Amino acid sequence: MSGAGLSIRGIGKSFFGVPVLTDVSLEIRPGRVLGLVGQNGAGKSTLMNIVGGNTAPDSGDMLLDDKAYGPANAREAERSGVAFIHQELNLFANLSIAENIFITAMPRGPAGLIDRNRLRRRATDLLREVDLDLSPDTLVEQLSPGERQLVEVSKALQLDARIVIFDEPTTSLTPRETSRLFALIDRLRSGGTAVVYISHILADIETLADDVAVLRDGKLVAAGPRPDFPASRMINLMLGRDIDQLYPPHRSAVRDEVLLEAEGLSLPGVVKGIDLSLRQGEILGLFGLMGSGRTELARLLFGLDRFHSGELVVQGERVTRMTPRRAIAARMAFITENRREEGLMMNVSIAENIALASLRALGNALGLLDKRAITASAATFASALQVRSGPIDTQPARSLSGGNQQKVVIAKWLMSGPSIFLLDEPTRGIDVAAKYEIYSIVKDLVAAGSGVIFISSEIEEVMAMADRILVMRQGEIASAFARERFSKASILRAAFGEKEAAA
Amino acid sequence: MTRSRLAELLLRNMTVFIFLAVFLYFGVQAPRFFGVESIANIVKQASFIGVIAVGMTFVLLTAGIDLSVGSNMYLSAMAAGYVLQNPALQNGWGVLVALLAGLSTGIVFGAINAFCIVVLRITPFLVTLATLVAGRGVGTAITESFGIEYPPPYLAFGASGLFGIPMPIVVFAVVVLAAHIVLSRTQFGRQIYAVGRDPEAARKAGIAVDRITFSVYVICGLCAAIGGVTLIALIGRLNQTFGVGKEFDVITAAVLGGTSLFGGAGTAWGAVVGSSLVQMVQSGMIFVGVNIYLQPMVLAAIIFLAILIDSLRNGRLEKLRRRRLRPD
Repeated sequence: MSGAGLSIRGIGKSFFGVPVLTDVSLEIRPGRVLGLVGQNGAGKSTLMNIVGGNTAPDSGDMLLDDKAYGPANAREAERSGVAFIHQELNLFANLSIAENIFITAMPRGPAGLIDRNRLRRRATDLLREVDLDLSPDTLVEQLSPGERQLVEVSKALQLDARIVIFDEPTTSLTPRETSRLFALIDRLRSGGTAVVYISHILADIETLADDVAVLRDGKLVAAGPRPDFPASRMINLMLGRDIDQLYPPHRSAVRDEVLLEAEGLSLPGVVKGIDLSLRQGEILGLFGLMGSGRTELARLLFGLDRFHSGELVVQGERVTRMTPRRAIAARMAFITENRREEGLMMNVSIAENIALASLRALGNALGLLDKRAITASAATFASALQVRSGPIDTQPARSLSGGNQQKVVIAKWLMSGPSIFLLDEPTRGIDVAAKYEIYSIVKDLVAAGSGVIFISSEIEEVMAMADRILVMRQGEIASAFARERFSKASILRAAFGEKEAAA
Repeated sequence: MTRSRLAELLLRNMTVFIFLAVFLYFGVQAPRFFGVESIANIVKQASFIGVIAVGMTFVLLTAGIDLSVGSNMYLSAMAAGYVLQNPALQNGWGVLVALLAGLSTGIVFGAINAFCIVVLRITPFLVTLATLVAGRGVGTAITESFGIEYPPPYLAFGASGLFGIPMPIVVFAVVVLAAHIVLSRTQFGRQIYAVGRDPEAARKAGIAVDRITFSVYVICGLCAAIGGVTLIALIGRLNQTFGVGKEFDVITAAVLGGTSLFGGAGTAWGAVVGSSLVQMVQSGMIFVGVNIYLQPMVLAAIIFLAILIDSLRNGRLEKLRRRRLRPD
């Protein structure tokens, strides 16, 4: 089997003068799953973007089945049998599932028109393969993140790809959807497809991968068969140093003063009878399954959606109708899980993104903005949060890695000096080291007297961080746990509900 | 669920309901308005704007804009007119050559827009604002602001018809049908919607984004030319102001028909509804005898109302479509 598959040879690439890949060589073999790990900004996505034809390398070359391979764009890569399933899904919400799957390869009839029956039939077959029970005519905008992910996978199946790259595929999937995806990857592997699996969830790499490759600072630091790479070794290689803990130590900073209080908050069809209170210095964990209403609750608290009944008391002030403006005026900050669409302006510079929520304070006496002043104050926050980038006044946010983008979002809100933070999946899709940095930032915030509502799907994370955990189920608060009573089993039981716990 | 279904259906087709309401109102006020002749006249008048609004829909679907259609109409009609000045071409064949000359002019005009937008990477708004001015400038330089008369064979073409249906309506129907098929039944058409929704994702999905963007401006240029050469065949004389300000009517018609200025949403049928609505209001006001000085204000009010309802609709639709987490 020597030579078959994809050989990456001495690839190098720089962005804005910052080298992101240096002399990377790697073999991707048919019938095997390669787990690609590394911190955010280590160059994993860039490397795979080169393989997928989205970016051209500055140096080095590639061989696909012993033939020179250098795709000029995504289409050429697909034609050569390389499919790339992006972390930020690449679907068009205004088109149907079937149209999305076949967007560049629609079955056509004699007159060159789309053969809708064949399109529908082939899409139905593919949907059955990924175990998605939906009509192919359904618009993608009506799908959940997990369902969208599976549509992406069926797109790769449709290409009959020889190499399939998954970039963080499970971050938005429910456990059931994840196991479905793993079964699919297994099938691809036994069919002789080469799979590249990028993930920060090392347990998934241990389950799935045959080989492991570790990138650090744009260099390949180790590669080999998976059994040689226990999780601890992967972490150490990724970080380039030994770490002994994943979470900062817990030290309660809870004070008496209540910052935010909700009484009987309801929105029909979404949430019902929510009571909660958040005190100064408190980290209130909000745990629940996908679709249990956590994000929806955060949106109500921040005024993005309007609650029908109930009451909010923010910083001692009664609010019957919340709006984002009022929330910001009450020094609330909402850090959304959807960085790309809601958190950042991707084409705008890092500095302007950071300054965005504080522009009013940055104006001079005439209310005019001074670009240099903006850059200077943004730089303080960027360096405090250790955003890794080139010049922040010219480099656009889109060029940052996921973890660094998240830090920019946090920096933006930090700069506006809030005291109530709503963090929705703040560590989703970012690596161990960046996670640790974000945990430390959260701890600093509460130590300084802020209150934090911490939404997460990772139970270990919530348990390590929170002073108190509220568990949501079907839009209601099912249980509350004080830190002394934290137990993984009972929290999960509360999240699933009694029925499933009994089953 | 059925109630929200009904609400969704009503909201989705709001422009059509406004259309019917306006139609009924004028009809009740002036029964002659319901006559076949009057309706045919409205459709005929609407067809010129409508044809161009179809082209504009292609551009708007990619989240672009073409402000230069009025100048394009002028130059295309002018090209046809110059061909017809040749005495040897003042016959049926000459008309055909003139039409081809006009349409080619429109295609070239569209291609110039497309080149600046796709190759030179200039914003569509600025490019087409420039060609709006430049196009008319070129026309003025060539004609030296003299009018052009069209010979009888060309006027006969304007007055012709198919099975008793006036030529402009036939042309409009053909253009709408072709556009509908392209937009809904070809891969190219569906990719236009994808590009409009998210050009970056489209590029990653392997769609030839540049080629599609180029094509929509050429298509819009062609449609502007079709509007120009058919309208001038009715008027018979090209003067300086031909097509001035038409970009406003065209964009209004497309947007009233439900095409989003932000790309990714809209249909060819929308252009029919939108252009007919605008024309119906204009004609209806004459029938009812609205003070001529008040007419622009009434038209503006109706446009505002339609767009207001449309934007309310989008917010409402979003709410209806939101996933329900609980049964209550």
